[in-house]
This record gives sequence, structure tokens and C-alpha cells, in this order.
Amino acid sequence: MSAGVGVDLENLWIRFGDFVAVRDANVNINGGDFFSFLGPSGCGKTTILRAVSGFLEPSDGRVLIGGNDMKGIGPNKRPTALIFQNLALFPLMKVWENITFSMEIKGASVRERRKRADELLDMIALPGQGDKLPSELSGGQRQRVAIARALCAEPDVLLLDEPLSALDLKLRQHMRTELREIQQRVGITFIYITHDQGEALTMSDSIAVMKAGVIDQIGNGKTIYNDPSTAFAASFVGENNVFRGKIKRIMGEEALIQTNRSGELVARISTANQGKMKEGDAAMMFIRPEAFALAPKGAKGTHFVTAKVNNEEFEGNVFNIFMEGDGGKELKVSIPNLGQSFEDHTGQNITLEYETKNAVIVPAGELAAE
Amino acid sequence: MPSFLKEFFKRNGTGMGSLMLGLVLFWTVGLIILPQLSMLDFSFRPNLPPPEIGGPKDVYTLENYKYLIYGPEGGSQDYNAVDLKVFFRTLVAAVCVTVFNLILCYPIAYYLAQTKGNHIRIFALMLIIPYWINEILRAFALRIIFGETGVLNNMLVGLGVFDTPFDFIRNDIALYAGLGYAYILLMIFPIYNVIESLDRNQIEAARDMGASWPMIHRRVVIPYAKPGISSGCTMVFMLSAGALAAPQILGGPSSLWFTQLIYQQFNDNSDWPQGAAYAVVLLVTCILLVLAVMRLFKVNMGDIGK
Repeated sequence: MSAGVGVDLENLWIRFGDFVAVRDANVNINGGDFFSFLGPSGCGKTTILRAVSGFLEPSDGRVLIGGNDMKGIGPNKRPTALIFQNLALFPLMKVWENITFSMEIKGASVRERRKRADELLDMIALPGQGDKLPSELSGGQRQRVAIARALCAEPDVLLLDEPLSALDLKLRQHMRTELREIQQRVGITFIYITHDQGEALTMSDSIAVMKAGVIDQIGNGKTIYNDPSTAFAASFVGENNVFRGKIKRIMGEEALIQTNRSGELVARISTANQGKMKEGDAAMMFIRPEAFALAPKGAKGTHFVTAKVNNEEFEGNVFNIFMEGDGGKELKVSIPNLGQSFEDHTGQNITLEYETKNAVIVPAGELAAE
Repeated sequence: MPSFLKEFFKRNGTGMGSLMLGLVLFWTVGLIILPQLSMLDFSFRPNLPPPEIGGPKDVYTLENYKYLIYGPEGGSQDYNAVDLKVFFRTLVAAVCVTVFNLILCYPIAYYLAQTKGNHIRIFALMLIIPYWINEILRAFALRIIFGETGVLNNMLVGLGVFDTPFDFIRNDIALYAGLGYAYILLMIFPIYNVIESLDRNQIEAARDMGASWPMIHRRVVIPYAKPGISSGCTMVFMLSAGALAAPQILGGPSSLWFTQLIYQQFNDNSDWPQGAAYAVVLLVTCILLVLAVMRLFKVNMGDIGK
């Protein structure tokens, strides 16, 4: 999409005293995109949002909205609207007053405001609820009022700071779809902050994975999930199994890795690290639980892994097998339940196979905390 | 027994509950309501020498109240202009002190409540510690500052702002300053308490939507702080209308405070019924005024207790 106003972060640094909250972030967000910053709490993603909205001035670098440097422009003058984690609806104002507060500031008449509030209430499927107080609405309804209030200001960029985190699981999943629909309908840029990879993957056009103030990887959901560029991104987004080791031989896009526990294995070097890894480098190989299949017992080769089964569980759609893994972490395998018979392997050694295209090698690095 | 009482006894036990309830009742009934009722009773009786109390002349009368309005019987004026003037002047001055205090204290309370950091605790201490000094000393300290040969006049004359010392006392500036200063804590802390619980995000949300600072205060902070503002204003108004020491020490020779008239009736004239009537009039007027203002600003009684 080319419509909408883009946001660029150029060499953005934000420091609080000695603490570096954001380290040299470079991000180009296309106009009209749904862009997510994904990372654990304390990784600096909210700080970036506050820098875009104008509540924080960068220590270094620039924030550009629609190509204009935002330096010195306060939050009340930027074309952004922010939805807070706790929504921050005004408790003493009625819903319609909340929604049209931005119009009140500009001096719009009550009649205009009422009209606009009704339109927005229709859009968020809360018609006729304008005269209630926020406290009289449910969590999901308040959520939608906060969205309407932000959209009423007709911002070019909507910033959302984990707005779904206070909702229960069902509602959260429902609101994901709804948010995505609203974004596509209004066509403006959404910047979304979350620590929930499910939210980021389902809603976003593009995701930036953050760790301790550093942006690890930017890409669309599929790229982040299938082709992570760092150990952190591989381990933070979705479930993943790690195999530590050293590169033994580079073979074009693939490499042979000498793993600590599972012998020599072959995997694809992730796209971002192609040509950057050499023999002898410490490396990590990642294989998703669903990328394994059971292999004949004792099969040997560079795409077979043999390990002892600690326990198994039946989750309905999948059988999960937990095996002795690398570095004290269990190796998890999920076999889809297609109605096949499934014997219990607990205590036995079993052999798994995988396709090399489903195994990714990245340089050794810090893993995400569980 | 109403359910809240049942709940109260259930939570505290019968013994402890009765003790607590008894103490509260003793405080409100024994120390506040009964003495006030006896004052009310006094105010409707003539001032008689002790032997005649309970005698045939000791009947209920409105003459003490009439005195405030019409003055002594057979007096030269139609109305008791002197006392009435003092009465209204006191009320107007108390309102002025309240408004002045609100304007002064709201920013302080907002700053204290919305700023984080250790220096806030030091600020709060600096506000509280002067109140360790007793009221009379504080009032005299202000007299030293505002007096004709006081610190302020020496400074202003020295700087050449005035040729001759300005009489802050005769012009009541010292009095207003003293009353204002006496009650700032009672204004700051209720407002501070409420604003402290205001979600900072609401201010940022308003700001994000383009609101200016005056707008944020008008639409977000002040409506939220209303209970604190009203309880602060009520206390400051009531206490300054009823203040005695500050007007006594800091008031100009010609400007009496109504409480001083009451004091004179009780003490100098030994006319308790007259003093009681004046006190009742002051109390009732103040309460009515507060209720009217609360109604005007749509404040509930329950909010004041917040």
C-alpha cells in the first residue's frame, strides 16, 4: 500500500542517564502498514512509541513522520494518536464526549460532535451507547471506544501500546481480527506494540523484533517465523528447538554443523547471515517442533536426530513429545494427530527426521528467556 | 440494626465495636452536638444576672438576633450598621481568602502530586514543618514582616519603591496573608490526595489529542480533583471565617473580624446569650453558603469525605 503516511526512525538513540533504552534503531514503516514492535517487556518498544508520539525526545537520531523531522514538535502537534495500555478513557466524560474530545479541543459544536460520535459508534458497533459513562461498558467495549476516540482525531498514524493485554483470551483473539479490519478500512498507518507474538504475527504487515533496546530483525510475519536472523528472534517468536554447535563446512546456502549433542547435522543458513558465517564459527541451529517427523529407529545421517523421550502428552490436534535436548532445555516435537496409532515412547530413544529447508542456522547468541 | 452496623460489629467484635462506637458517639454527641445545642439555647435567652436565671424573666426571646440586625433598642440608627458591616465583611474576606488559597495551592498540589522524585518529600516537609510553630507565633512573625518598621517595609523603602513605609496592617494585607498562610496545608493536601490518584495517562491522552495545558486542567484534572478542591475550600472557608488569633494580631485597628465581636460579647460584655446568637448566625450562614456553592458546582456531600 502506498496510501497513508510513513514513519521513519533514523539512527534513533534514547538514553535515560546511563541506561540505553533504544540503541541505534533504523526502521522504515510504509504508509498504511500495520507495523508491530515485538519484544519482551523492558526491551524499549514502548520507549520507541513514546518517541514517535512526542512524549520523549530522542537523545540522538531522528523521528520522521511523512518525511518531516518531528524534532521539537510536541505530542499535541503531531499527526499521531496514541492508544494507551490502560486506554486512559476520561472516567467523568460520557462516551460521546470521550470519543470527540479532539473535536472539543478544536472548538467544534456539540451538534457536530454528536454527529461524528454517532458515526464512530456505528463503526465500532456500539450504536446508541454514547450517553453512557466508560465505567458502564465492558472491557471490549471500552477498548473500541478508545479506538474510536483515537480515530476521531483523524491521525495519520495510530500508535497502540499493548491495548489488548488487559482483555481475556477469547476477547483478545476477537479484537485482533477487529483491529486488523479497522486498520484496513481506515487505511492509516498502525504502529502496534506487543510482547505477544501471536498478536504480532496475525495482524502485522511487518514486525520488528526487539531485544534490550536493539532491533534484531525486521520483516513480515512469515520471514520472522521461518527465517529468523538471530538466535533471539528464533527463540522469541514461536516455539523453537535449539541445537548448539560449530560450523564444520559451508555448502552454498547450507552448512554442516557439528552439534554438541546430536552429531553432525545439515541446515540452511538464514538469509540475513548468508555469506557472513565461516567454518569454525559458533552457531545455533533451530528447528520448530512441527518440522520434525518420526523416523525409523536408528536411522543415521545429517538430518536425523536421536534422543531419549522424557514424557509425552496428547494435546488434541497434536501429540507432543518432550525429549532430552541441548543445554538442559527439552527438545519438543509436535506430531499432527491424523488419527494414526501412537505408541508411548517414554524412556526410549527415538529418531526424528527433518527437511534441511526447515532447519535454520544463525550465529550463536542469547536466547529469549522462557 | 442497619446492615452497615451489623457488618461493623461482625468485623470488630461486640466489645471492641461497642468501645469504638461509644467513643465516636461521645465525641460527636458529647463534645460537639450537646455544647452546640446549649449555645443555641443560650442564644434565645435574655442576658440575666445569675439570681434571675430560671426566674419569670427567663423566657425564650429573639432579642439577641434582633440586636444584630437593628442594634440596641432606641439607638440612633435604624440598623446595627457596625456589626452587620463586620459580619458581611468577614464573609466576603473569608471567600476571598479561600479563592486566593485555591489559586495558590492548586498548582502546588498538582506539582507535588504529578512529579516523581525524592525532592517532593522535601517540599512536603518544608510545607509541614512551619506548622510545628504555634499559630500565635506565626501571626507575630508575619507582623514583624509586615509592620511599619518591619522587614518588608525596610526593604521596599530601602529599594526606593515607597518613600514612606506602607501600612500593610491597616490595609489588611497582613491579615489576608496571615489567614491565607494559616490554611494552605488544608487546601493543598486534599487536592494533592485526589490528583495523586489521577492516571498520568489521562493527561497524556488529552495532550496527545492536541489539548493545551489550560484545556487539560479544565477538562481532565479539575473535574477529577473536584472532591479535593471542595473539601479544601470548605475547610479553608469555615476556618478563616471562624479565625480569631490572626485577625486579633494582624488586623488593622479599625477592621474587626466577626469572631472578634463574638469574643467581645462573651468576654468583655459577659453577654453569653448575645455572643451565642452571633456565633449561631455565623455558623448557619457559613453552612448555607457552603451548601449553596456545593450545589452550584454540583458537588455531593459524599465527595467531600473522599
